[in-house]
Formats: sequence, C-alpha cells, structure tokens
Amino acid sequence: MSAPHRELPTWVDIGVTPIVNIFLALIAAGVVVLIVGENPIEAVQVLVRGAIGYDEGIGYTLYYTTNFIFTGLAVAVAFHCGLFNIGGEGQAYIGGLGLALMALAFDSILPALLVIPLTIVGAAAAGAAWAAVPAYLQAYRGSHIVITTIMFNFIAAALMVYLLVNVMGQPGNMSPETRPFADGVSLPFMHEFLGLFGIDITRTPLNLSIVWALLCCVFVYFFIWRTRWGYAVRTVGSNEPAAVYGGIDPKKTIFMAMCISGALAGFVGVNVILGEQHRLLLNFAAGYGFTGIAVALMGRNHPFGIVLASLLFGMLYQGGAEIAFEIPTITREMVTVLQGLVILFSGALAYMSRPWVEAVYFALTPSKQQAA
Amino acid sequence: MSSYALKLTGINKAFGPVQANKDVYLAVAKGEIHGVIGENGAGKSTLMSILYGFYEADSGSIEVGGDAVRIRNSDDAIALGIGMVHQHFMLIDSFTVLENVMLGAESGPMLASSEVKAEAELLRLEQEYGLHVDLNAEVGGLPVGQQQRIEILKALYRGAEILILDEPTGVLTPQETDKLFEILQALKSQGVTILLITHKLREIMAVTDGVSVMRGGEMVAHRRTADTSTEELAELMVGRKVRLDVDKAAPHVGETLIQVDHLMVTDHRGVDRVKDVSFTVNAGEIVGVAGVSGNGQSELLQVLAGIDAPSKGRVVLVGVTATPESPGDPAQRRRHGVAHVPEDRHRLGLVGKFAAQETAILGYQATDAVNKGMFLDLDAVREQTEMMMAEFDVRPPDPSLKSANFSGGNQQKLILAREMTKAPKVLLVGQPTRGVDIGAIEFIHKQLVSMREAGCAVLLVSVELDEILTLSDRILVMCAGELVGEVPIEEADERTIGLMMTGVPREEAANAAAPAPASQEGEARV
Repeated sequence: MSAPHRELPTWVDIGVTPIVNIFLALIAAGVVVLIVGENPIEAVQVLVRGAIGYDEGIGYTLYYTTNFIFTGLAVAVAFHCGLFNIGGEGQAYIGGLGLALMALAFDSILPALLVIPLTIVGAAAAGAAWAAVPAYLQAYRGSHIVITTIMFNFIAAALMVYLLVNVMGQPGNMSPETRPFADGVSLPFMHEFLGLFGIDITRTPLNLSIVWALLCCVFVYFFIWRTRWGYAVRTVGSNEPAAVYGGIDPKKTIFMAMCISGALAGFVGVNVILGEQHRLLLNFAAGYGFTGIAVALMGRNHPFGIVLASLLFGMLYQGGAEIAFEIPTITREMVTVLQGLVILFSGALAYMSRPWVEAVYFALTPSKQQAA
Repeated sequence: MSSYALKLTGINKAFGPVQANKDVYLAVAKGEIHGVIGENGAGKSTLMSILYGFYEADSGSIEVGGDAVRIRNSDDAIALGIGMVHQHFMLIDSFTVLENVMLGAESGPMLASSEVKAEAELLRLEQEYGLHVDLNAEVGGLPVGQQQRIEILKALYRGAEILILDEPTGVLTPQETDKLFEILQALKSQGVTILLITHKLREIMAVTDGVSVMRGGEMVAHRRTADTSTEELAELMVGRKVRLDVDKAAPHVGETLIQVDHLMVTDHRGVDRVKDVSFTVNAGEIVGVAGVSGNGQSELLQVLAGIDAPSKGRVVLVGVTATPESPGDPAQRRRHGVAHVPEDRHRLGLVGKFAAQETAILGYQATDAVNKGMFLDLDAVREQTEMMMAEFDVRPPDPSLKSANFSGGNQQKLILAREMTKAPKVLLVGQPTRGVDIGAIEFIHKQLVSMREAGCAVLLVSVELDEILTLSDRILVMCAGELVGEVPIEEADERTIGLMMTGVPREEAANAAAPAPASQEGEARV
C-alpha cells in the first residue's frame, strides 16, 4: 500500500551529506573565530596544515584516528543491537587497566613477545567486563543501558584515581602513574617499524595499533554482515519480537554485543598505553570514548564510514592543537568549541541538512529519474 | 455539477518511474457511500493521499462541492471538510478519548476551555450518529472497534463532510464490522459522504451505493453496487477470473502431531488467556481455530510456536513435549519440523529494514543450509530466496529489496515460502491473508491445501470465518480463552460457528441458527 518513495542514491547519502554538514560546521566555527577577532580562513589553513601539512602532523593525526576507530566501532556494534553505548569512555579506561595489569604481572617472568598478546587480551577482557555489567542489567533487569553506561564512566574514573594514587602508583613519584613496563613490552612505533625497512619518518606516537584498528574494522564488517551472530545482533536491534520468533535470544545477544563493544573500546589502551606511554597513567582516555559516538554517527555505523570519520576527527584533534599553538588568541578551550561544533553538525544534527540536499538533488535530476 | 460532493478528473501522479495514478476519474454524489477497490499497489492509497493533501497530483483537477480546489496539505483538506480514518490508527494510547479527539484542534493555551467545548460537541455528535464511546476512558485499553470510532469522531469533530476510510475493517471482528456499517449508514443519513477504501468485496456489496475499481493505477470501472456482483468486481480488480473456493480431496489423516493437554496460559498481568484447552491435530488435516480476535487464539499459537511458555498443562509437537518447567523455544520447535507463519507479520514475521533475502532466513539463520563454517553463505541465501520468490510468485523478485518495501501480500508470500519450503511436519498459521489482496489469497489458500495434501498437520488461526470454512477439515471455536466446541466441516455453517464464537455451546447454537427443529438430529455431542 505504501506509495513508492523517492530515495537519495547511496553515494549522495553517505558522500555528499556529511560534506555539507562539515561545511556548515566550518561556517559556524568561522563565525566564532571572527568574533574573537581572528581570520577564519587563516585558522582553517593552520588547521589543515597542522593536521596533514607535514609528516609529524600526519603521524599525530593518524595516532588520534586510531583511537577514534576503536571507540567508533564500539559504539557502532552496540548500535546495531539497538543499544546506545555511552560508556566507551569508561570501557576504554578500564581496558587500559586490564592491559597494564597483564603487563605488570608478566613482564618480569615471560618474554615480551608473549606478554604483548596477553596485554591485548587483557585490554579486551577488561573493556568487555566493564560493558558486561550494564549489559547484564539491561538484558536481565531492565535498567536502561544509556543510564548505566554513563554511570559506569564515573565509576571507572573514580576507580582509576583510587588505584593509581593509592595502589598502583610508585612510591616517591608525584604523578599518578604505574612504573614503566619492561623493555620490549610495547607495540613498535611506526617510525621504528618503518625504519626496519629503511623508510625514514619523523618520531610520532603513531604505532602499529593502527594496523590492529584496521583489522578490527574488517572483523566488525564480517561479524555484523556475514555471520549468523551478526545477523542475530541486527535482528535484535531492528525488531526484537521478530528475533524471539526466529529463535534468537535477545538477552544473550545484547550481552554478546555489549561485550564486543566494550572490548573494542578497551583497545584504546593498546594504542595509548601499549603503543605510546608504556605505563598506565591518569586520564589517558581523555574524551576518545565520547567522540566515538559522533564518529559512529557520522560513519553511519559502517566500518568504512567510521575510518573516514575517524580520519576527520583525527585531523581536527591534531589541527586544533596546532591552531592553539600558532594563534594565541584562539585558546585550547576555543579549539574544543570548534571541535564541538563539528560534532554537533555532523553528529547530533546529521539529518538537518538532508532535506536541503534532497531538494537540490531532485531539482537537478528530474529528467533522469523519469527516464529510468 | 454541484450534486457531486467530490469530483476528481484526470489525476496523474508519478513517483520516479512508477505511474501510481493514471488519468483517474472519480465522482461521488453527496450523501453516498462509495467504495474504491483494487489490489495492493493499484493506486488507491495514492489517490486518497492526494485527496487528503499528503501529495499533490502532477496534473488533474479536484472539485469539492462543485468548486475547483487545490489541496496542498492536510490542513487544506480539513478546511474543505475532508476527514480521513487511517488504516493504522493515529491515536495516543495513554491519552483519554477526549484528549485524543482534541489533539491538534485545541483552542487556546489552557486545556480546560477546549475540553469543555470539545465535550459538548462530542456529546452532540454521539447522539446524532450513535457513536458511543466513553470520553474519559484511556484509549490504550479500548478494543480496536472503539478506537476506530474515536478516529471517526476526530474527523467529524473537525467538521468533516467527506469521510475517507482506508481499509477500515482489516482489524475488526465480524460484529465490530457490522457496528461500523451501522455507523456509516447513520452518517450517510445525516448527509455525510463516505469513501470506503477496501479490497473486501463482501463489504462493498453490503454497504456501498456505488463502487469504483482501480487496477494498475487506472480507474477500470465504475458500477452501481446494485447492478454488479462479487464475481464481476473480483474479475475487474484482478483482471482475470478468480476462484474463491478451493478444491480439496478427502483428508488422509495420519498420526497425531499436535497434542494440547489442559493448556493454561496466564499473561504477565495474571489474566488467564487460555483456559484448560485440549485438542489434537493429525498429519494431513487442516484444523481451523475460529474466534473473535483476542479470545486466546494468539496466545495458543505463541505457546505452540515456543515463543511463550505454558502456565499449566502441556503441548506435544512432533513428539517434543513443552511444559511450564521446560517450555522449549522457537529454535527447538523448528529443529523438530514445526514451522510458524505468525499472525503479526510486521512485528514477528519479518524485519522491515532487512533485505528480502535476510528476512527469508529468519529463524533458519543458524542452519547448515545457509552457513559455511563461521560465515553466512550469502550466495546460498540469495539462491534460496530466488527460488522461494519464483515458487511463491513474490513480486518484485528482488532478494536485495528491503522487506518493508514489498506489499503486504508479497511479504506474506515470502514468509509462507520461508516456512513451507522447509517441508515442515507441523505448520502453525496465523491470519494468513490479513491485509492481503484477493489474487494472493487464492494462491495462499492453494498452498495451505497443498501442505495438507503433503501430510503436514496444519493449525490455522484466523478471524476470517470464510477462510476457516473454506480450508478446514475440523473447526475449533474459542471464546474467552476456552474451547467452546469442535465442529467437523461437513456440519459447519457460518451462523452456528458465529454464535459459538460468542460463547454459546454447540447444541444451543445449532438450534438457534437453524429455524427448523429437524436439524438438531444427528448432531454429534461436543
């Protein structure tokens, strides 16, 4: 009975709309820069140059990108199951704890090459465990996952402060952090790794975790669209009664999806702790979990889209830092405002520009549609 | 000219390449009940949407009461006195009847004054048209028949003189349908013009004065109801001769495949939905469950399918017993050859945003037939879906099309194909032809009979008494969760079953239904 509805082609939906959104965000950000009395064009130039204009900038951009891929994937997997996982922040944080515990426990007794996979498993397990509690409460007790995951972010933050200050911190060290891991218990930096092949790049925190992040994208793609478990996740996410009818247990499926989501978020620890810092420290997850929500929204919960969105946010992070450095009147807080505007326009307001894009597209292509 | 309440001339509307309405003409006299019939996708809904301002026609003219008008949105339509009762009600469950009727037509920032005004106006409407509804009742708790009356009241409250009803009887019981028709007659006698969109020919014959038939976006015929017949209308609608009866051989009854013993089902509010029901279904027969919707049939089906657990008693399907302690689950039932075509296909049977091929494996997603190692075998899934679509004539035969974009009949055929092609031993079917057009009904009925012929035990739950009478070998009648009785098809007639559906035991029902006392003889005890 439904009348045929004219739909936008996929390439417009996925390609054009986000670009329009970013453009709108840049205009809004430009107004803010103007109010401060700076030249917005110059600010954009600094941002782009800082993010991709030289190889150190590129390294940092890709380093941030890696974190966003992990948290973006985490949000996307939960979303396919109809769950809004706001707890990526806490899961990433606790993932780092799991990783550090494995490293600190085994780095003196096992060879580094064995410890590294153990730490990665530790990050996944701890992230998953932190997501499992809200998942259990949602599936079996009916507590709303948005509320519980938000609360778990606070619990994670408090727990980490306690552990790093009172339990895991080193005597005599003023900063709340653990001892460094033993030599070799780390993922090689990209400049080290490529150095082996004679390719010389600048020192940056960029490390092999980015390869792991891309592998996770492939994993998520196959898991969601090519396995019966992913099928179960999507069925529960889009029509729970149909899942029950189809012999799928929504409770188990919710639990599984959240554990995978938490594990993916936990991998932020692999990039930051195992890849860069080589010790556990306070606040290392610094907002990556929350930005992951915008990344997933912008990337339409598809791994490919998430990689692109992560790149964009990586550029914003790195380029934003560069602006704060080069244009003193634009402070760090201002940069956060600019980043927030991009998140606002491409995340929360993602569908605002759609009617305009639709109108323009249909105005430009009526004859083609008739002929089809 | 002015004798027409409504006149549409030369209406064209295209959606991309699809011409949904082609040069459509429709004229309805004032105070007439006019039917518009056509299969799903014939363009009825598009035409009504144009009339109600959801779309604007590409070309053509609309006259209301003799004046040419332009309807750009539903506000324009309401201002012209056009009201619409949608197939799916647009009501807010947690609001009262009064609040729902007022919604969107409040007359100021404070509700109290609107409420007083609305209440007075509604009482007047109720008296005038005999539309009785408790204004302070919460809408969610009312039966669908009453909810529909609220929709009608809403339209009248906004001053509708032309009322469009889109598939109004799809969710109603026979009794509720009769009541609705009484209301429509009352409205007509007060000068309201009514457009009835439906694909149920019996209703057209029962209540309309004139009827227009649509097919493939075009108006193919206009008839006075008195001068036509269901056969002619069916043929005009489908474009070929249609047979509504089904050829069936005598049943070859085999072993018992469904056994229900003293089944009780209590819902989460503690209400007994199924009360001490016992029956059996054997291989090679179709057993129909008749009853007014909401009398425990749905719950019975849910328990048999493994979705809900029995509260007391047990059910045995293909040798597998389900009790309150070990209720089993739908996956277990499927493993033992129990297929289930659910009553509510949108909620249970398919996932709207899945591609057809993904819907086509729902329930069988973990079987070897569609998996290769860790992964779904997408080639096999596609191939199987193509086969199902060919065999069950699903249109368009495109496995990648979103399930929600198929018409109701084609969605249903896809679900039937999915369940039937697994060669099940037991087939549980709920409302197989609800919202399905007449050509597809013919096909679906044939398929159900072919399952019976193949030795499958078929349990058919339907609120369409015609369907039960056409297909069943035995009929079980349910009322208020209890089994009122069982009637073999040879002794079944519509009036007896209809009375039993209201809870009258079989002997009494048979007496009351048959005027001659002679018919009591030879009736078996239940």
